Amino acid sequence: MSLLTLFGFRILLGLSAYVVILTGQISMAQAGFYALGAYTAATATAIWGWPIVPAILLGGLVGGLFGFLVGFPALRVRGLFLVIATLAFTEIVRMVFLNLKYTIRVGDRTIGPAAAEGFRGITYYYENGWSALQIMAFTWLFVLAVLAGFWLMDRSRAGAVLRAVGEDELAAASVGINLTAAKVAAMAAGGLVAGLAGALYAHYATYLSQEEFGALLATFAIAYPLVGGTGSVAGPIAGVLFFSLLIDGLRFLGDWRNLLFGVLIIAMMNLRPHGIIDVGLVRRLRALLHLRRERAYAGD
Amino acid sequence: MLAIEGLSKRFGGVQAVQRVDLQVRQNEILGLIGPNGSGKSTIVNLVTGVYAPTEGRVRLRARDITGWAPHRVLAAGIGRTFQSIRLFGGLTVWQNLWVARQAQAGAGRLRGWLAVDRAGMKRIEATLEFCRLLDRRDELARNLAFGEQRRLELARTLTADPEVVLLDEPAAGMNVAEIEELRDRILTLKQRGKTIVLIEHHMELVMEVAERVAVLNFGEKIAEGPPARVQDDERVREAYLGKRRD
Repeated sequence: MSLLTLFGFRILLGLSAYVVILTGQISMAQAGFYALGAYTAATATAIWGWPIVPAILLGGLVGGLFGFLVGFPALRVRGLFLVIATLAFTEIVRMVFLNLKYTIRVGDRTIGPAAAEGFRGITYYYENGWSALQIMAFTWLFVLAVLAGFWLMDRSRAGAVLRAVGEDELAAASVGINLTAAKVAAMAAGGLVAGLAGALYAHYATYLSQEEFGALLATFAIAYPLVGGTGSVAGPIAGVLFFSLLIDGLRFLGDWRNLLFGVLIIAMMNLRPHGIIDVGLVRRLRALLHLRRERAYAGD
Repeated sequence: MLAIEGLSKRFGGVQAVQRVDLQVRQNEILGLIGPNGSGKSTIVNLVTGVYAPTEGRVRLRARDITGWAPHRVLAAGIGRTFQSIRLFGGLTVWQNLWVARQAQAGAGRLRGWLAVDRAGMKRIEATLEFCRLLDRRDELARNLAFGEQRRLELARTLTADPEVVLLDEPAAGMNVAEIEELRDRILTLKQRGKTIVLIEHHMELVMEVAERVAVLNFGEKIAEGPPARVQDDERVREAYLGKRRD
């Protein structure tokens, strides 16, 4: 149950990087948005006493707002420079939470972000007696909503426009696409989804420490869609499954696990350079489905 | 229609375009020729907002569009193709045109993104038909043959229905039959009221379709006039063939 919940956070994080990658931008800021969503939503329930749904949505909004703000300076840099700039953003967020102190005392407990000691007392689920199943279902409600939204976007002109920007910016601008609008919108959407993921994670984890939201998390965020494939929303899901099975499934190998982990990633990149689920596979599957449908009609 | 006034562009120490004046009349086909590196493509990039000019103005119907971003230049009514083909290879033929409709459907406005655009769909279909690509509509652009890719690029430009079309070496790499087809297509566009600037090395094509020809050399305009006269111009011969040593 708890593994499924964890998959939910990872899929959301992967999707948040996916939408940005569609426009050809590689962003390491997703971990920063995730942290902002986590701390904001946790503060809303634990300190301000908000109900869970508005708190999660607030976490998403704050992530989206910062995505929007990061989107503008990100227009000026690309490639490795963008990676460095967005990683700097994630580190700044982490440093802010390393120093942020905003606590209240409830009985003998200290609640809220206490600088280096982390954020304790995010007990909404516990206080309200939620079961692991309920937490999983609640998390997946958001995962499915975002998946459905992105799936629709991919089939709409908005998805094609984002992909066009990712393919060739100059050509995209010359056919009338506003590059600023497309790239900033993608970054804001990515920030929103990462913020939601962080907000959900905070309540599942009950304790936050800024160390979790660094370069490693940012790397996983982009690795999910890159290894899974950016041909469709199924890509990030495949990426999450691939990494989660590796991380959790190879535990019995002990120290050898890390070695095999590296070898497998290199092998994947060689075997399927465009991801596990690439455009070609999506088209073949679609063609197969159409074929089946046609056969079904023919059988009538 | 399209007026280029004293346009200059300097890249570091290189003067790519120097004080070029050019008037393109409504519904005419203007040929823009010159040796490699004479500044033809730079002019296209300056007009369409890819580069900002160092000096000079670009006007479309008396409206100053100098330095506008490329998507605004298209919305104002100037479309272009690229010398080296720039398609969205991972998108299908249909999608390549579909994104180009964005400008018409209201770029940036929520309604334009979400509404079902029936007029646009019809237009895309007609444009694909015009460029003989309708049967390839579901193919990925990167899988098309070279000639088809050139036709797709033209189709994508026409989807946004620009008044002025700048064609940057559309015949490059095409065989004789394909060039003939291109010629007919350009003439049809003129019949449909488009204003066309044709940048081309293929002289036969330029001489056949252009009503006027302007010649560039080292970033400067050295001649302008009807094709036959320009062909006989001494400076043009020098630019292309070199000076006779007496």
